[in-house]
Amino acid sequence: MANTSGRVLGVNGNMVTVEFDSAIAKNEVGYIHVGDDRLKGEVIRINGNTAALQVFEMTGGIKVGDSVEFTSEMLSVALGPGLLQQIYDGLQNPLPELAQQCGFFLQRGVYLDAIPNNNWEFTPVAKVGDTLRPGDTFGTVPEGLFTHQIMIPFNLADVDWKITSINEKGTYGVRDHICTVEDPKGNKKELSMIFTWPVKKAIKLYEERLRPDETLVTKIRIIDTFLPVAKGGTYCTPGPFGAGKTVLQHMTSRNADVDIVIIAACGERAGEVVEVLKEFPELTDPKTGRSLMERTIIICNTSSMPVASREASVYTAVTMAEYYRQMGLNVLLLADSTSRWAQAMREMSGRLEEIPGEEAFPAYLESRIAEFYERAGKVRLKDGRIGSVTIGGTVSPAGGNFEEPVTQATLKVVGAFHGLSRERSDARKYPAIHPLTSWSKYEGIIKKDKVEFARQILLRGNEINQMMKVVGEEGTSVDDYIIYQKSELIDAFYLQQNSFDPVDASVPVERQRHTFDILFKVLASEFNLEDKKSVRSFFNTLRQKFLDWNNVEWESERFKQLETEIETLFMGKQSGVDPDAKKLI
Amino acid sequence: MQKVYSKIESIVGNVITVRAKGVSNSELAIVTSNNTQGYANVIKLDDDLVSLQVFSGGQGVSTGDQVRFLGVPMRVSYTENLMGRVFDGTGSPRDNGPSLTDNMIDIGGPSVNPAKRIIPRNMIRTGIPMIDVFNTLVESQKLPIFSVSGEPYNQLLARIAMQAEVDLIVLGGMGLKYDDYLFFKDTLENSGAMSRTIMFIHTASDPTVECMLVPDMALAVAERFAQDGKKVLVLLSDMTNFADAMKEMAITMDQVPSNRGYPGDLYSSLASRYEKAVDFEGAGSLTILAVTTMPGDDVTHPVPDNTGYITEGQYYLKGGRIEPFGSLSRLKQQVNKDTRDDHRALMDGMIKLYASYKESLEKKSMGFMMTEWDDKLLKYGRLFEEKLMDLSVNIPLEEALDLGWEILSDCFDPNETGLKSDLILSRWPKKMID
Repeated sequence: MANTSGRVLGVNGNMVTVEFDSAIAKNEVGYIHVGDDRLKGEVIRINGNTAALQVFEMTGGIKVGDSVEFTSEMLSVALGPGLLQQIYDGLQNPLPELAQQCGFFLQRGVYLDAIPNNNWEFTPVAKVGDTLRPGDTFGTVPEGLFTHQIMIPFNLADVDWKITSINEKGTYGVRDHICTVEDPKGNKKELSMIFTWPVKKAIKLYEERLRPDETLVTKIRIIDTFLPVAKGGTYCTPGPFGAGKTVLQHMTSRNADVDIVIIAACGERAGEVVEVLKEFPELTDPKTGRSLMERTIIICNTSSMPVASREASVYTAVTMAEYYRQMGLNVLLLADSTSRWAQAMREMSGRLEEIPGEEAFPAYLESRIAEFYERAGKVRLKDGRIGSVTIGGTVSPAGGNFEEPVTQATLKVVGAFHGLSRERSDARKYPAIHPLTSWSKYEGIIKKDKVEFARQILLRGNEINQMMKVVGEEGTSVDDYIIYQKSELIDAFYLQQNSFDPVDASVPVERQRHTFDILFKVLASEFNLEDKKSVRSFFNTLRQKFLDWNNVEWESERFKQLETEIETLFMGKQSGVDPDAKKLI
Repeated sequence: MQKVYSKIESIVGNVITVRAKGVSNSELAIVTSNNTQGYANVIKLDDDLVSLQVFSGGQGVSTGDQVRFLGVPMRVSYTENLMGRVFDGTGSPRDNGPSLTDNMIDIGGPSVNPAKRIIPRNMIRTGIPMIDVFNTLVESQKLPIFSVSGEPYNQLLARIAMQAEVDLIVLGGMGLKYDDYLFFKDTLENSGAMSRTIMFIHTASDPTVECMLVPDMALAVAERFAQDGKKVLVLLSDMTNFADAMKEMAITMDQVPSNRGYPGDLYSSLASRYEKAVDFEGAGSLTILAVTTMPGDDVTHPVPDNTGYITEGQYYLKGGRIEPFGSLSRLKQQVNKDTRDDHRALMDGMIKLYASYKESLEKKSMGFMMTEWDDKLLKYGRLFEEKLMDLSVNIPLEEALDLGWEILSDCFDPNETGLKSDLILSRWPKKMID
């Protein structure tokens, strides 16, 4: 069947209207021929025999009457071995290869193969005569740290496919034909290691979705203990500019206890991506001892790259995440920033002259955001293995005000909220997650009651601090002052974490549990201190010791020595233990 | 061989529409009235209805005017002859020099491939201690100067243009008062910096459309010089006027406004300009300093807010000084480890003490008793503001650091500064002990 063709009727920014001659589908990809260039676009609206295309490139030079060729395929990504370690733009163009071909600048209309032409060591796990369904594995190849499953393409019809031929164990090119399958009607399909999948469609080839009940350890204390994230869960990190969103995501991408990390740099500064690009290959993953890059995929559509492909980039990223989940792996997707993605939708909606919603965002903003986050999840696959996709998105609210539509729509659908506060970042308290306004619905690494006890002290301490600003220190009772000092201790020792200190930058679970227990004993204690001056000096000494403790290596001599010193120090002043807390110890 | 169209269908604001065939998006056209000629470019195509924005504005354009399409997008000449010259937003000379038409290059070109970028590594010395010492400017950085009307931001830009150690300055003026334009011109001419400067100037009385072209013109030229190995500093003033010009155009084009009337693509439009800042491996670099005036001194206004998300830090210019609080150069860590061993420590230590000075000042104004420590801090703050914060100070980084030590030793005992002992031992000025 010949593909539909058309001709350009009008151009408005990155939206091009096209008159077409036969059938086309919404979200189908079309190419506009401009001189020698072919510019990729996606059909986003059809009306009579005209279609609106959002073009993923700059539209300068397009003429009325230029020819358009439709592909009858939806916007898709290629899936197969070799995705790991790659750096793509929003449309899965490999950027380093593009640089080799085009030099410093991103030339428009150049689309390269997403998956490099490598050879892989293929081991068949199915044999001729077996019947498989889409998503079932027929062979494996080793990809770095993982066994990459070669599966029956997800885009085949959901029927029993019988293998009529399959290659023997051996080395084959990624695009070689290695297997032939036949459907019940006798239609044959030749398979390679690669197939494509439309990015805007969730991959649902699993048995069931499970509740995200396992903590995803980030080695960041405030997150793991107070505001945990779960494998297969979702969380968002809104914050004003300069509050440290990106630094926090970089810390997470390094330390997160998952198999694969996908970083979607969506509409943010190019310089930040460069830091990841240059640093990750140098860093080793403590879990595997291999380069961090081996478990990473970067999707990079920075702020100056075309807006429409920014919109596509988060979908590209999540599709790859789902693909690796299908192999029983735990994947973390970090999207920075979802506000830029929402703005891309807003720009397009404006060009389509849709009736605007709040702050001119389209009315479907909320459902799109919900759809995206719902692609996260922990699943049990058909063969019983468990895999997960966790999504963490930053939000860049205008003016740092969380009341805006993107933040609010995101808060409705995520399982944890890490709100960054300007106040804390100005005071250089990093990570600047606000411990009181943020929340999480997931299980952390420490028992809930204990964490809640500490949180109550933070709450009370904050109230007392507010009060002290009015009545002064002299108007505050010694008991209240002690609570205030305890809350300051939690903040300084536990909530803040120095990402530049080699020890403090990543804190393993064991250490978090251990140090939290000691801290908890202090929080539970009643102290024998007469006046505020002695309270202040006692807590100053104690805090200094705790802070030093953070910078010494786990279970070293010095670590144990400091622990003893801390215990002696506070036991010396202890006059009793809070009865509620006693039950928890 | 170009066809001339003479049927102008509508004239709304600065946008005219004409029926024409074979026109391409972003193409340049000449609009000819009785005796005058002006440029326009295509911003929208709808079948044979072509919308163009007229650079000189819609005023006086008649339905009988002729439109001739040139078949090329907006371009600017790129030659060595640009140096020392002044142009307007369309690239026509503002000075009395000849117009340049050699080697025309496109403006608003594609973005740099992130995979080709490198981590910034070179400092730009400006001779201004508040920048060099406390918030170092780095090659390929993009930094706005957040300020309010009435502040001497143009004076600051002019000082930087004169003093900065770069090969080339490209100055883009948007909505400048004519006086300010003359000020820039005179200052640069008198200081001898004009010969390494190229100016693209749009003054407040010039047509709005030209205002929108200034950053693209300036950056296109700067980018080419950078590719040819030059260390280029682009100074833009004032980006808020640029954003307002965009707003005006968007509303004329019936676009749905998003926030306070600004178009939805404000962020992308600003970003595509600022992201031109780059360090080319093996060639030159492009650094951007851009004034953004905050209407009502409100940093949450859409223009400074969006800018803050794009740029790598910001300088706050308040009360005629670069504020040490709030100002931030995100890239300073990349370079200030290699300048001098005391740079970072002194920078942090002095700012902490300055913060304490502010507290003492507040206490004093509330009528509290001043302790001996407060008096020391007050003296320190006064010296700090006078010798380092004043914008007229022009000293190299090393001298500024030495001066910092001197101020500290004038006011404090070594152990009061909170600086590390080994640094104090090596850097504390040896004075006559009385």
